[in-house]
Amino acid sequence: MLKLPIYLDNNSTTPMDPRVLEAMTPYFLEDYGNAASRNHPFGWKAEEAVDYAREQVAKLIGADPKEIIFTSGATEGDNLGIKGVFEMYAQKGNHIITATTEHKAVLDTCKHLEKLGGEVTYLQVRPDGMIDLKELEAAIRPTTILISIMWANNEIGTVMPIREISAIAKKHGVLLFTDATQAVGKIPVDVNKDGIDIMAFTAHKMYGPKGVGALYVRRKNPRVKVTAQMDGGGHERGMRSGTLNVPGIVGMGKACELCMQDMEADTKRISKMRDKLETALMLLEEAYINGSTEHRLPHVTNISFKHVEGEGLLMGFNKNIALSSGSACTSASLEPSYVLKALGLGDDLAHSSLRFGLGRFTTDEQIDYTVKAISETVIKLREMSPLWEMYKEGIDLNSIEWAAH
Amino acid sequence: MAYSEKLIDHYQNPKNVGTLDKSDKSVGTGLVGAPECGDVMRLQIQVDDATGIITDAKFKTFGCGSAIASSSLATEWLKGKSVDEALTVDNMDFVEELNLPPVKIHCSVLAEDAIKAAINDYRVKNGKEAIKFEESLVH
Repeated sequence: MLKLPIYLDNNSTTPMDPRVLEAMTPYFLEDYGNAASRNHPFGWKAEEAVDYAREQVAKLIGADPKEIIFTSGATEGDNLGIKGVFEMYAQKGNHIITATTEHKAVLDTCKHLEKLGGEVTYLQVRPDGMIDLKELEAAIRPTTILISIMWANNEIGTVMPIREISAIAKKHGVLLFTDATQAVGKIPVDVNKDGIDIMAFTAHKMYGPKGVGALYVRRKNPRVKVTAQMDGGGHERGMRSGTLNVPGIVGMGKACELCMQDMEADTKRISKMRDKLETALMLLEEAYINGSTEHRLPHVTNISFKHVEGEGLLMGFNKNIALSSGSACTSASLEPSYVLKALGLGDDLAHSSLRFGLGRFTTDEQIDYTVKAISETVIKLREMSPLWEMYKEGIDLNSIEWAAH
Repeated sequence: MAYSEKLIDHYQNPKNVGTLDKSDKSVGTGLVGAPECGDVMRLQIQVDDATGIITDAKFKTFGCGSAIASSSLATEWLKGKSVDEALTVDNMDFVEELNLPPVKIHCSVLAEDAIKAAINDYRVKNGKEAIKFEESLVH
Protein backbone atom coordinates (compact mmCIF):
# COMPACT_ATOMS: atom_id res chain seq x y z
CA MET A 1 0.00 0.00 0.00
CA LEU A 2 1.30 3.42 -0.93
CA LYS A 3 1.50 5.63 2.11
CA LEU A 4 1.01 9.37 1.65
CA PRO A 5 2.56 11.91 1.83
CA ILE A 6 5.64 10.94 -0.16
CA TYR A 7 8.93 12.55 0.80
CA LEU A 8 11.08 13.70 -2.13
CA ASP A 9 12.86 16.59 -0.46
CA ASN A 10 15.94 14.70 0.72
CA ASN A 11 18.26 17.58 -0.21
CA SER A 12 16.70 19.64 2.52
CA THR A 13 16.89 16.89 5.12
CA THR A 14 16.72 13.12 5.23
CA PRO A 15 14.68 10.94 7.54
CA MET A 16 16.79 9.19 10.16
CA ASP A 17 17.69 5.60 9.53
CA PRO A 18 16.15 3.51 12.34
CA ARG A 19 19.55 1.89 12.86
CA VAL A 20 20.94 5.34 13.69
CA LEU A 21 18.26 6.01 16.26
CA GLU A 22 18.94 2.65 17.83
CA ALA A 23 22.62 3.48 18.22
CA MET A 24 21.81 6.87 19.78
CA THR A 25 19.17 5.87 22.30
CA PRO A 26 21.41 4.66 25.18
CA TYR A 27 23.28 7.96 25.17
CA PHE A 28 20.19 9.89 26.20
CA LEU A 29 19.02 7.82 29.13
CA GLU A 30 21.82 5.58 30.44
CA ASP A 31 25.17 6.78 29.19
CA TYR A 32 24.48 10.47 29.48
CA GLY A 33 27.91 11.56 30.71
CA ASN A 34 29.85 14.56 29.51
CA ALA A 35 32.64 13.39 27.22
CA ALA A 36 34.94 15.86 28.93
CA SER A 37 34.40 14.36 32.41
CA ARG A 38 37.62 12.47 32.86
CA ASN A 39 37.02 11.29 36.41
CA HIS A 40 34.13 8.85 36.33
CA PRO A 41 32.66 6.03 34.29
CA PHE A 42 29.89 8.20 32.83
CA GLY A 43 32.46 10.49 31.26
CA TRP A 44 34.63 7.57 30.14
CA LYS A 45 31.71 5.93 28.36
CA ALA A 46 30.77 9.13 26.60
CA GLU A 47 34.34 9.79 25.53
CA GLU A 48 34.67 6.26 24.25
CA ALA A 49 31.48 6.66 22.22
CA VAL A 50 32.70 9.93 20.74
CA ASP A 51 36.07 8.42 19.85
CA TYR A 52 34.37 5.54 18.10
CA ALA A 53 32.08 7.90 16.18
CA ARG A 54 35.06 10.02 15.21
CA GLU A 55 36.62 6.93 13.65
CA GLN A 56 33.41 6.08 11.79
CA VAL A 57 33.17 9.61 10.39
CA ALA A 58 36.87 9.75 9.48
CA LYS A 59 36.69 6.41 7.72
CA LEU A 60 33.90 7.52 5.39
CA ILE A 61 36.02 10.40 4.09
CA GLY A 62 39.43 8.74 4.27
CA ALA A 63 40.66 11.02 7.06
CA ASP A 64 42.47 10.54 10.34
CA PRO A 65 40.09 10.67 13.32
CA LYS A 66 42.15 13.50 14.80
CA GLU A 67 41.19 15.61 11.80
CA ILE A 68 37.46 15.58 12.66
CA ILE A 69 36.02 18.53 14.57
CA PHE A 70 32.42 17.99 15.62
CA THR A 71 30.10 20.95 15.06
CA SER A 72 26.40 21.68 15.20
CA GLY A 73 26.02 21.25 11.45
CA ALA A 74 27.19 22.44 8.06
CA THR A 75 26.31 26.10 8.60
CA GLU A 76 28.60 26.19 11.59
CA GLY A 77 31.21 24.23 9.66
CA ASP A 78 31.07 26.73 6.80
CA ASN A 79 31.41 29.64 9.21
CA LEU A 80 34.22 28.06 11.21
CA GLY A 81 36.10 26.87 8.13
CA ILE A 82 36.00 30.15 6.23
CA LYS A 83 36.15 32.68 9.07
CA GLY A 84 38.67 30.49 10.88
CA VAL A 85 41.05 30.52 7.90
CA PHE A 86 40.49 34.23 7.30
CA GLU A 87 41.61 35.00 10.87
CA MET A 88 44.36 32.39 11.12
CA TYR A 89 45.99 33.32 7.81
CA ALA A 90 45.44 37.07 7.97
CA GLN A 91 49.17 37.73 7.68
CA LYS A 92 49.35 35.81 4.43
CA GLY A 93 46.47 37.56 2.73
CA ASN A 94 42.81 38.49 2.72
CA HIS A 95 41.49 37.18 -0.58
CA ILE A 96 38.96 34.37 -0.92
CA ILE A 97 37.63 32.81 -4.12
CA THR A 98 34.17 31.27 -4.16
CA ALA A 99 31.29 30.82 -6.62
CA THR A 100 27.87 32.43 -7.04
CA THR A 101 26.04 29.11 -6.65
CA GLU A 102 27.38 28.35 -3.18
CA HIS A 103 25.05 27.87 -0.24
CA LYS A 104 24.04 30.99 1.68
CA ALA A 105 26.08 29.80 4.65
CA VAL A 106 29.18 30.29 2.49
CA LEU A 107 28.04 33.38 0.56
CA ASP A 108 26.85 35.27 3.62
CA THR A 109 29.99 34.31 5.52
CA CYS A 110 32.06 35.74 2.66
CA LYS A 111 29.96 38.91 2.62
CA HIS A 112 30.54 39.23 6.34
CA LEU A 113 34.29 38.97 5.81
CA GLU A 114 34.15 41.64 3.12
CA LYS A 115 32.89 44.02 5.78
CA LEU A 116 35.91 43.09 7.89
CA GLY A 117 38.39 43.95 5.16
CA GLY A 118 38.32 40.68 3.24
CA GLU A 119 38.29 40.60 -0.56
CA VAL A 120 36.15 38.01 -2.26
CA THR A 121 35.92 36.89 -5.88
CA TYR A 122 32.59 35.29 -6.76
CA LEU A 123 33.11 33.07 -9.81
CA GLN A 124 30.25 32.85 -12.27
CA VAL A 125 29.20 29.39 -13.36
CA ARG A 126 28.56 28.05 -16.85
CA PRO A 127 24.99 27.20 -17.93
CA ASP A 128 25.54 23.64 -16.69
CA GLY A 129 26.35 24.91 -13.20
CA MET A 130 30.08 24.14 -13.32
CA ILE A 131 32.81 26.68 -12.69
CA ASP A 132 35.45 27.34 -15.33
CA LEU A 133 38.79 26.07 -14.03
CA LYS A 134 40.74 28.61 -16.09
CA GLU A 135 38.74 31.42 -14.54
CA LEU A 136 39.42 29.97 -11.12
CA GLU A 137 43.17 29.88 -11.72
CA ALA A 138 43.15 33.37 -13.21
CA ALA A 139 41.40 34.71 -10.11
CA ILE A 140 44.22 33.63 -7.80
CA ARG A 141 46.31 36.54 -6.47
CA PRO A 142 49.35 36.69 -4.20
CA THR A 143 46.97 37.53 -1.36
CA THR A 144 44.61 34.59 -1.98
CA ILE A 145 44.36 32.44 1.13
CA LEU A 146 41.34 30.28 0.40
CA ILE A 147 39.32 28.72 -2.39
CA SER A 148 35.83 27.78 -1.22
CA ILE A 149 33.92 25.67 -3.73
CA MET A 150 31.06 23.37 -2.78
CA TRP A 151 31.37 19.72 -3.68
CA ALA A 152 27.79 19.24 -4.85
CA ASN A 153 25.04 21.78 -5.25
CA ASN A 154 21.97 21.57 -3.05
CA GLU A 155 19.51 22.82 -5.68
CA ILE A 156 20.63 21.17 -8.89
CA GLY A 157 22.93 18.41 -7.64
CA THR A 158 25.86 19.29 -9.90
CA VAL A 159 29.17 17.86 -8.71
CA MET A 160 32.19 20.15 -9.06
CA PRO A 161 35.53 18.80 -10.35
CA ILE A 162 37.01 18.90 -6.86
CA ARG A 163 40.21 17.04 -7.75
CA GLU A 164 41.07 19.49 -10.52
CA ILE A 165 40.21 22.40 -8.26
CA SER A 166 42.46 21.05 -5.54
CA ALA A 167 45.32 20.61 -8.04
CA ILE A 168 45.03 24.31 -8.89
CA ALA A 169 44.89 25.27 -5.23
CA LYS A 170 47.99 23.17 -4.47
CA LYS A 171 49.90 24.61 -7.41
CA HIS A 172 49.43 28.11 -6.01
CA GLY A 173 49.76 27.25 -2.34
CA VAL A 174 46.17 28.19 -1.56
CA LEU A 175 43.99 26.26 0.89
CA LEU A 176 40.86 24.51 -0.39
CA PHE A 177 37.69 24.54 1.65
CA THR A 178 34.65 22.65 0.43
CA ASP A 179 31.08 22.60 1.64
CA ALA A 180 30.41 18.91 1.07
CA THR A 181 27.02 18.80 2.76
CA GLN A 182 25.26 17.19 -0.20
CA ALA A 183 28.16 14.97 -1.25
CA VAL A 184 29.40 13.14 1.84
CA GLY A 185 27.59 9.84 2.24
CA LYS A 186 26.16 10.01 -1.28
CA ILE A 187 29.26 9.82 -3.49
CA PRO A 188 32.82 8.71 -2.73
CA VAL A 189 34.75 11.41 -0.88
CA ASP A 190 38.41 10.91 0.02
CA VAL A 191 40.12 13.94 1.51
CA ASN A 192 43.57 12.67 0.52
CA LYS A 193 42.89 11.49 -3.01
CA ASP A 194 40.67 14.50 -3.61
CA GLY A 195 43.11 16.91 -1.99
CA ILE A 196 40.83 18.64 0.52
CA ASP A 197 42.21 20.90 3.28
CA ILE A 198 39.00 21.78 5.10
CA MET A 199 35.54 20.33 4.59
CA ALA A 200 32.16 20.92 6.21
CA PHE A 201 29.35 18.38 6.28
CA THR A 202 26.37 17.41 8.37
CA ALA A 203 24.59 14.33 9.69
CA HIS A 204 21.00 15.14 8.79
CA LYS A 205 21.58 14.96 5.04
CA MET A 206 22.76 11.36 5.35
CA TYR A 207 20.09 9.76 7.51
CA GLY A 208 21.59 10.96 10.77
CA PRO A 209 20.17 13.40 13.34
CA LYS A 210 19.83 17.18 12.98
CA GLY A 211 22.05 19.47 15.01
CA VAL A 212 25.35 17.68 14.51
CA GLY A 213 27.98 17.96 11.82
CA ALA A 214 31.70 17.82 11.31
CA LEU A 215 34.51 19.94 9.99
CA TYR A 216 37.47 18.12 8.53
CA VAL A 217 40.69 20.05 9.16
CA ARG A 218 43.86 18.63 7.59
CA ARG A 219 46.73 17.89 9.97
CA LYS A 220 49.50 16.95 7.54
CA ASN A 221 50.74 18.32 4.20
CA PRO A 222 49.90 21.02 5.04
CA ARG A 223 48.96 21.30 8.68
CA VAL A 224 45.91 23.54 8.66
CA LYS A 225 44.58 25.54 11.56
CA VAL A 226 41.42 27.54 11.94
CA THR A 227 40.80 30.19 14.57
CA ALA A 228 37.99 29.16 16.90
CA GLN A 229 34.79 31.13 16.44
CA MET A 230 33.37 30.11 19.79
CA ASP A 231 35.33 30.64 22.96
CA GLY A 232 35.08 28.35 25.94
CA GLY A 233 36.40 25.08 27.27
CA GLY A 234 38.77 24.39 24.41
CA HIS A 235 37.06 21.26 23.14
CA GLU A 236 37.87 19.72 19.78
CA ARG A 237 41.55 20.62 19.86
CA GLY A 238 40.67 24.16 20.77
CA MET A 239 38.87 24.79 17.50
CA ARG A 240 35.31 24.36 18.72
CA SER A 241 34.40 24.83 22.35
CA GLY A 242 31.17 23.51 23.75
CA THR A 243 30.07 20.29 25.44
CA LEU A 244 29.94 17.57 22.85
CA ASN A 245 26.52 16.46 21.65
CA VAL A 246 27.24 12.83 22.46
CA PRO A 247 24.01 11.17 21.23
CA GLY A 248 24.14 13.29 18.07
CA ILE A 249 27.78 12.44 17.46
CA VAL A 250 27.07 8.74 18.00
CA GLY A 251 24.24 9.06 15.48
CA MET A 252 26.46 10.80 12.97
CA GLY A 253 29.05 8.08 13.35
CA LYS A 254 26.49 5.36 12.75
CA ALA A 255 25.04 7.27 9.78
CA CYS A 256 28.52 7.50 8.24
CA GLU A 257 29.13 3.81 8.78
CA LEU A 258 25.83 2.94 7.10
CA CYS A 259 26.52 5.25 4.17
CA MET A 260 29.87 3.64 3.65
CA GLN A 261 28.36 0.18 3.79
CA ASP A 262 25.29 0.92 1.65
CA MET A 263 26.56 3.59 -0.75
CA GLU A 264 27.09 1.40 -3.76
CA ALA A 265 23.78 -0.42 -3.49
CA ASP A 266 21.87 2.76 -2.58
CA THR A 267 23.34 4.69 -5.48
CA LYS A 268 22.46 1.99 -7.95
CA ARG A 269 18.87 1.70 -6.79
CA ILE A 270 18.21 5.41 -6.25
CA SER A 271 19.77 6.60 -9.50
CA LYS A 272 17.64 4.10 -11.39
CA MET A 273 14.51 5.60 -9.83
CA ARG A 274 15.77 9.14 -10.45
CA ASP A 275 16.34 8.32 -14.11
CA LYS A 276 12.90 6.78 -14.39
CA LEU A 277 11.30 9.88 -12.83
CA GLU A 278 13.29 12.23 -15.02
CA THR A 279 12.64 10.33 -18.24
CA ALA A 280 8.91 10.21 -17.56
CA LEU A 281 8.64 13.90 -16.69
CA MET A 282 10.72 14.95 -19.68
CA LEU A 283 8.01 13.47 -21.87
CA LEU A 284 5.99 16.57 -21.04
CA GLU A 285 6.38 19.35 -23.58
CA GLU A 286 8.72 22.23 -22.73
CA ALA A 287 10.38 20.58 -19.76
CA TYR A 288 14.03 21.38 -19.10
CA ILE A 289 16.58 19.80 -16.79
CA ASN A 290 18.58 22.39 -14.88
CA GLY A 291 22.32 21.90 -14.49
CA SER A 292 24.73 19.29 -15.75
CA THR A 293 23.33 15.77 -16.10
CA GLU A 294 26.83 14.40 -16.58
CA HIS A 295 28.38 15.64 -13.33
CA ARG A 296 25.51 15.18 -10.96
CA LEU A 297 24.52 13.51 -7.71
CA PRO A 298 22.75 10.20 -8.30
CA HIS A 299 19.58 11.11 -6.39
CA VAL A 300 18.81 14.62 -7.61
CA THR A 301 17.07 16.21 -10.54
CA ASN A 302 15.83 19.75 -11.01
CA ILE A 303 13.32 20.34 -13.79
CA SER A 304 11.59 23.47 -15.08
CA PHE A 305 8.15 23.14 -16.62
CA LYS A 306 7.82 26.18 -18.80
CA HIS A 307 4.74 28.40 -18.53
CA VAL A 308 3.60 27.05 -15.19
CA GLU A 309 4.67 28.64 -11.95
CA GLY A 310 6.46 26.49 -9.39
CA GLU A 311 4.45 27.23 -6.31
CA GLY A 312 1.19 26.99 -8.20
CA LEU A 313 2.42 23.63 -9.40
CA LEU A 314 3.39 22.44 -5.91
CA MET A 315 -0.04 23.35 -4.64
CA GLY A 316 -1.55 20.79 -6.98
CA PHE A 317 -0.03 17.91 -5.06
CA ASN A 318 1.85 19.16 -2.01
CA LYS A 319 -0.57 17.52 0.38
CA ASN A 320 0.71 14.22 -0.98
CA ILE A 321 4.22 14.87 -2.31
CA ALA A 322 6.90 16.86 -0.50
CA LEU A 323 9.07 18.76 -2.97
CA SER A 324 10.69 22.13 -3.21
CA SER A 325 10.66 24.78 -5.92
CA GLY A 326 13.01 27.53 -7.04
CA SER A 327 9.97 29.72 -7.40
CA ALA A 328 10.04 33.04 -5.61
CA CYS A 329 6.60 32.42 -4.25
CA THR A 330 7.94 29.77 -1.92
CA SER A 331 10.16 32.36 -0.27
CA ALA A 332 9.35 35.63 1.41
CA SER A 333 11.84 37.52 -0.75
CA LEU A 334 9.84 37.13 -3.99
CA GLU A 335 13.13 36.50 -5.79
CA PRO A 336 13.47 33.22 -7.66
CA SER A 337 16.36 30.88 -6.92
CA TYR A 338 19.72 32.64 -7.24
CA VAL A 339 21.32 29.33 -8.17
CA LEU A 340 19.07 28.86 -11.18
CA LYS A 341 19.54 32.49 -12.17
CA ALA A 342 23.32 32.00 -11.96
CA LEU A 343 22.97 29.28 -14.62
CA GLY A 344 21.59 31.99 -16.87
CA LEU A 345 17.99 30.81 -16.65
CA GLY A 346 15.42 33.48 -17.31
CA ASP A 347 13.27 34.36 -14.33
CA ASP A 348 10.35 32.61 -16.00
CA LEU A 349 12.14 29.26 -16.06
CA ALA A 350 13.57 29.79 -12.59
CA HIS A 351 10.02 30.37 -11.32
CA SER A 352 8.89 27.14 -13.00
CA SER A 353 11.32 24.72 -11.39
CA LEU A 354 10.89 21.75 -9.10
CA ARG A 355 13.69 20.09 -7.17
CA PHE A 356 13.50 16.35 -6.60
CA GLY A 357 15.70 14.77 -3.96
CA LEU A 358 15.26 11.01 -3.75
CA GLY A 359 16.61 9.00 -0.86
CA ARG A 360 17.32 5.67 0.77
CA PHE A 361 13.65 5.15 1.56
CA THR A 362 12.18 6.18 -1.80
CA THR A 363 10.25 3.42 -3.57
CA ASP A 364 9.32 2.70 -7.18
CA GLU A 365 5.67 2.96 -6.27
CA GLN A 366 6.24 6.50 -4.95
CA ILE A 367 7.96 7.47 -8.18
CA ASP A 368 5.06 6.16 -10.27
CA TYR A 369 2.58 8.13 -8.18
CA THR A 370 4.71 11.27 -8.44
CA VAL A 371 5.07 11.09 -12.20
CA LYS A 372 1.33 10.78 -12.60
CA ALA A 373 0.44 13.55 -10.15
CA ILE A 374 2.95 16.03 -11.55
CA SER A 375 2.16 15.33 -15.19
CA GLU A 376 -1.54 15.84 -14.56
CA THR A 377 -1.00 19.06 -12.66
CA VAL A 378 1.36 20.50 -15.27
CA ILE A 379 -1.18 19.79 -18.00
CA LYS A 380 -4.06 21.22 -15.96
CA LEU A 381 -2.19 24.41 -15.09
CA ARG A 382 -1.03 24.94 -18.65
CA GLU A 383 -4.66 24.83 -19.71
CA MET A 384 -5.18 27.88 -17.53
CA SER A 385 -1.86 29.60 -18.29
CA PRO A 386 -2.05 32.62 -20.61
CA LEU A 387 1.64 32.12 -21.40
CA TRP A 388 1.03 28.57 -22.55
CA GLU A 389 -1.82 29.78 -24.77
CA MET A 390 0.41 32.43 -26.32
CA TYR A 391 3.22 29.92 -26.77
CA LYS A 392 0.83 27.55 -28.52
CA GLU A 393 -0.36 30.37 -30.77
CA GLY A 394 3.24 31.03 -31.73
CA ILE A 395 3.44 34.41 -30.00
CA ASP A 396 6.94 35.37 -28.91
CA LEU A 397 6.59 36.16 -25.23
CA ASN A 398 9.60 38.45 -25.41
CA SER A 399 7.75 40.64 -27.91
CA ILE A 400 5.17 41.59 -25.28
CA GLU A 401 5.66 44.65 -23.15
CA TRP A 402 5.04 43.26 -19.71
CA ALA A 403 4.07 45.65 -16.96
CA ALA A 404 6.81 44.43 -14.65
CA HIS A 405 5.98 44.95 -11.04
CA MET B 1 1.84 28.27 4.99
CA ALA B 2 -1.72 27.11 5.41
CA TYR B 3 -4.25 28.42 2.91
CA SER B 4 -7.94 28.94 3.45
CA GLU B 5 -10.43 26.39 2.20
CA LYS B 6 -11.96 28.95 -0.16
CA LEU B 7 -8.58 29.62 -1.72
CA ILE B 8 -7.83 25.95 -2.17
CA ASP B 9 -11.26 25.36 -3.66
CA HIS B 10 -10.75 28.14 -6.23
CA TYR B 11 -7.34 26.69 -7.06
CA GLN B 12 -8.62 23.15 -7.43
CA ASN B 13 -11.89 24.02 -9.13
CA PRO B 14 -11.26 27.34 -10.82
CA LYS B 15 -14.30 29.11 -12.21
CA ASN B 16 -14.41 30.57 -15.70
CA VAL B 17 -11.08 29.48 -17.11
CA GLY B 18 -10.95 30.35 -20.78
CA THR B 19 -10.65 32.86 -23.54
CA LEU B 20 -13.03 35.39 -25.04
CA ASP B 21 -12.53 36.80 -28.52
CA LYS B 22 -10.35 39.80 -27.86
CA SER B 23 -11.10 41.34 -31.26
CA ASP B 24 -14.78 41.57 -30.30
CA LYS B 25 -15.72 45.16 -29.47
CA SER B 26 -17.78 44.07 -26.49
CA VAL B 27 -14.79 42.27 -24.93
CA GLY B 28 -12.28 43.99 -22.68
CA THR B 29 -8.95 42.28 -21.99
CA GLY B 30 -6.59 43.02 -19.14
CA LEU B 31 -3.15 41.40 -19.19
CA VAL B 32 -1.12 42.27 -16.11
CA GLY B 33 2.01 41.03 -14.38
CA ALA B 34 5.12 39.66 -16.00
CA PRO B 35 6.66 36.21 -16.45
CA GLU B 36 9.83 37.38 -14.65
CA CYS B 37 7.77 38.23 -11.60
CA GLY B 38 6.21 34.80 -11.50
CA ASP B 39 2.67 35.89 -12.23
CA VAL B 40 0.70 36.92 -15.29
CA MET B 41 -3.07 37.36 -15.19
CA ARG B 42 -5.30 37.72 -18.16
CA LEU B 43 -8.82 38.76 -17.30
CA GLN B 44 -11.51 39.27 -19.93
CA ILE B 45 -14.97 40.73 -19.63
CA GLN B 46 -17.86 40.71 -22.06
CA VAL B 47 -20.07 43.77 -21.70
CA ASP B 48 -23.64 44.25 -22.87
CA ASP B 49 -23.44 47.59 -24.65
CA ALA B 50 -27.01 48.58 -23.97
CA THR B 51 -27.02 47.95 -20.22
CA GLY B 52 -23.34 48.26 -19.34
CA ILE B 53 -23.61 44.94 -17.51
CA ILE B 54 -20.76 42.41 -17.55
CA THR B 55 -22.37 39.28 -18.96
CA ASP B 56 -19.35 37.03 -19.01
CA ALA B 57 -15.84 36.93 -17.58
CA LYS B 58 -12.95 34.56 -18.26
CA PHE B 59 -9.42 34.26 -16.99
CA LYS B 60 -6.13 32.55 -17.55
CA THR B 61 -3.37 32.92 -15.00
CA PHE B 62 0.26 31.90 -14.73
CA GLY B 63 1.16 32.06 -11.09
CA CYS B 64 0.95 30.66 -7.63
CA GLY B 65 -2.19 29.24 -6.06
CA SER B 66 -3.18 32.61 -4.62
CA ALA B 67 -2.92 34.29 -8.01
CA ILE B 68 -5.03 31.59 -9.64
CA ALA B 69 -7.63 31.75 -6.86
CA SER B 70 -7.78 35.57 -6.97
CA SER B 71 -8.42 35.56 -10.72
CA SER B 72 -11.05 32.86 -10.44
CA LEU B 73 -12.78 34.86 -7.72
CA ALA B 74 -12.56 38.04 -9.82
CA THR B 75 -14.44 36.43 -12.69
CA GLU B 76 -17.15 35.27 -10.29
CA TRP B 77 -17.54 38.72 -8.82
CA LEU B 78 -17.58 40.51 -12.16
CA LYS B 79 -20.34 38.54 -13.79
CA GLY B 80 -23.62 40.41 -13.45
CA LYS B 81 -22.01 43.62 -12.22
CA SER B 82 -22.14 46.84 -14.17
CA VAL B 83 -18.83 48.22 -15.37
CA ASP B 84 -19.12 51.03 -12.84
CA GLU B 85 -19.70 48.58 -10.01
CA ALA B 86 -16.76 46.51 -11.17
CA LEU B 87 -14.53 49.53 -10.72
CA THR B 88 -15.24 49.53 -7.01
CA VAL B 89 -13.72 46.06 -6.46
CA ASP B 90 -10.72 46.61 -4.22
CA ASN B 91 -7.69 44.42 -3.67
CA MET B 92 -8.54 44.14 0.02
CA ASP B 93 -11.79 42.41 -0.96
CA PHE B 94 -9.68 39.53 -2.29
CA VAL B 95 -7.46 39.51 0.78
CA GLU B 96 -10.50 39.20 3.03
CA GLU B 97 -12.46 36.71 0.98
CA LEU B 98 -9.52 34.34 0.41
CA ASN B 99 -7.74 35.11 3.66
CA LEU B 100 -4.50 35.81 1.79
CA PRO B 101 -1.33 35.82 3.90
CA PRO B 102 0.79 39.02 3.80
CA VAL B 103 3.29 37.68 1.24
CA LYS B 104 0.40 37.10 -1.15
CA ILE B 105 -1.11 40.60 -1.01
CA HIS B 106 0.48 41.32 -4.39
CA CYS B 107 -1.80 38.68 -5.94
CA SER B 108 -4.83 40.69 -4.83
CA VAL B 109 -3.33 43.88 -6.20
CA LEU B 110 -2.70 42.14 -9.48
CA ALA B 111 -6.33 40.99 -9.61
CA GLU B 112 -7.56 44.55 -9.02
CA ASP B 113 -5.18 45.79 -11.71
CA ALA B 114 -6.46 43.14 -14.11
CA ILE B 115 -10.07 44.27 -13.61
CA LYS B 116 -9.14 47.89 -14.25
CA ALA B 117 -7.06 47.01 -17.28
CA ALA B 118 -9.92 44.98 -18.75
CA ILE B 119 -12.38 47.82 -18.20
CA ASN B 120 -10.05 50.36 -19.78
CA ASP B 121 -9.48 48.11 -22.77
CA TYR B 122 -13.24 47.87 -23.21
CA ARG B 123 -13.64 51.65 -22.85
CA VAL B 124 -10.92 52.49 -25.35
CA LYS B 125 -12.30 50.01 -27.86
CA ASN B 126 -15.66 51.73 -27.59
CA GLY B 127 -14.37 55.22 -28.07
CA LYS B 128 -14.28 56.20 -24.42
CA GLU B 129 -11.34 57.63 -22.60
CA ALA B 130 -9.23 55.33 -20.45
CA ILE B 131 -9.63 55.99 -16.76
CA LYS B 132 -6.45 57.06 -15.04
CA PHE B 133 -5.85 55.08 -11.89
CA GLU B 134 -3.45 55.75 -9.11
CA GLU B 135 -0.16 53.95 -9.44
CA SER B 136 -0.77 50.42 -8.24
CA LEU B 137 0.92 49.17 -5.10
CA VAL B 138 2.91 46.47 -6.81
CA HIS B 139 4.82 48.69 -9.20
